[in-house]
Amino acid sequence: MIPFDFIYCRPSTLKEALDAYRQLQSEGKNPVYYAGGSEIITLCRAGEIRPGGVIDLKNIPECKALALDERALHIGSVCTLNQIKESKLFNLLRLACGRIADHTNQCRITLGGNLCGSIIYRETSLPLLISEAELTLFGPEGERRIAFDKVFKGRMELQPGELVLQIHIPSWALKARHYHVKKTQNEKIDYPLVSLAALWKENRLRIAVSGLCSHPFRSDQMEAVLNNRALSRDVRSKEAAAMLPLSPLSDRAGSGEYCRFVFQNTLHTLLEEMENGKI
Amino acid sequence: MVRYEGKTVVSLNINGEVRQVMVRPSDLLLDVLREQLGLTAAKPGCKNGDCGACTMVIDGWPTKSCLVLAVEAENHVILTLEGLGGRAAVQQAFVDANAFQCGYCTSGFLMVCHALKKQHPVLPEEHVMEEWLQSNICRCTSYQEIRNAVKIIYERDQSRI
Repeated sequence: MIPFDFIYCRPSTLKEALDAYRQLQSEGKNPVYYAGGSEIITLCRAGEIRPGGVIDLKNIPECKALALDERALHIGSVCTLNQIKESKLFNLLRLACGRIADHTNQCRITLGGNLCGSIIYRETSLPLLISEAELTLFGPEGERRIAFDKVFKGRMELQPGELVLQIHIPSWALKARHYHVKKTQNEKIDYPLVSLAALWKENRLRIAVSGLCSHPFRSDQMEAVLNNRALSRDVRSKEAAAMLPLSPLSDRAGSGEYCRFVFQNTLHTLLEEMENGKI
Repeated sequence: MVRYEGKTVVSLNINGEVRQVMVRPSDLLLDVLREQLGLTAAKPGCKNGDCGACTMVIDGWPTKSCLVLAVEAENHVILTLEGLGGRAAVQQAFVDANAFQCGYCTSGFLMVCHALKKQHPVLPEEHVMEEWLQSNICRCTSYQEIRNAVKIIYERDQSRI
């Protein structure tokens, strides 16, 4: 059980959602936006957060949209990971969604929730970081459309009261050559030691990584080395693995040096499969 | 806009019936169904979304009811094991395959298998079956028997055509 009370709001429009946020804020309720709810319920039950109000976004049509047009794929923030998988519209994101939690939880966890949550891995961010994705946000200052990597700096940097409305992936990325791998300590369903997404644009490799450091990242420096074909695969993977933007995590899943070792081998395999035409 | 504060009566569509329950907004669906409606097939296990013992089917998809607020379930179609009636094909297949030992996880597995059959009327590829079944944990490790039960469900369905 959740050992405290909160106010539950279920708006049907964006304006109602924002009004609810302002009202609860004015009542000192410290409200949170709520989508799939898995993380919020878990943290409430464990006493790690104590919101006085939750605003459930699942009844807002714009947040539920999942549509493809000639320019982009548009995914509402409350679309579940399973809906995204079943749609089969962006295979790299489908692969990333398919390795987060288990299938039943994928039927509840939403794209917006995974991006905005406090669990550090945020693995759905990886395909978005390398596909020139954009976000539509809605908040007290109105609606704005912005490049994903301008708002996502390892975690979402939203304004107070702002929510993610939709995620847009340009059409070129939907069919681009891609690769995804997630390595865990032991079990298939677990947090990652290394989770890596790769995408090619104009024959140039882009990668984004989660699990290795305290937040997901994409590194231009690392990509420059990986794309330097004058160097051997061994040298490229070793040099790239030495360029982590932050110290590798050292936790129950593995020591920092072990995680870096796994990452280096993962990169080597990626380069090998790419150059052997297996990707 | 719906706004609930304090104890409130809400209507839930469960097993084909509309039932009224009195809930706090922070009450979990699992607790409400067990404690107010006596629907005790869904079991509290980890209560953390890991074990799957509390799985029910909402709008056709398996859902861990320890991670759902009761108020969220308004306007959705909820199916618990009680709603299968006791002689459903999936239940008979579990009996015939000896797909349980202590039985604590069984209701959760049954609901996952029921949803799997509804979403994939034809026997899916092995990796799809495995993906669905991996959502639940059986500490007696009856995994092979459970997998056999799923195959029986599809085989019997096929033999009726």
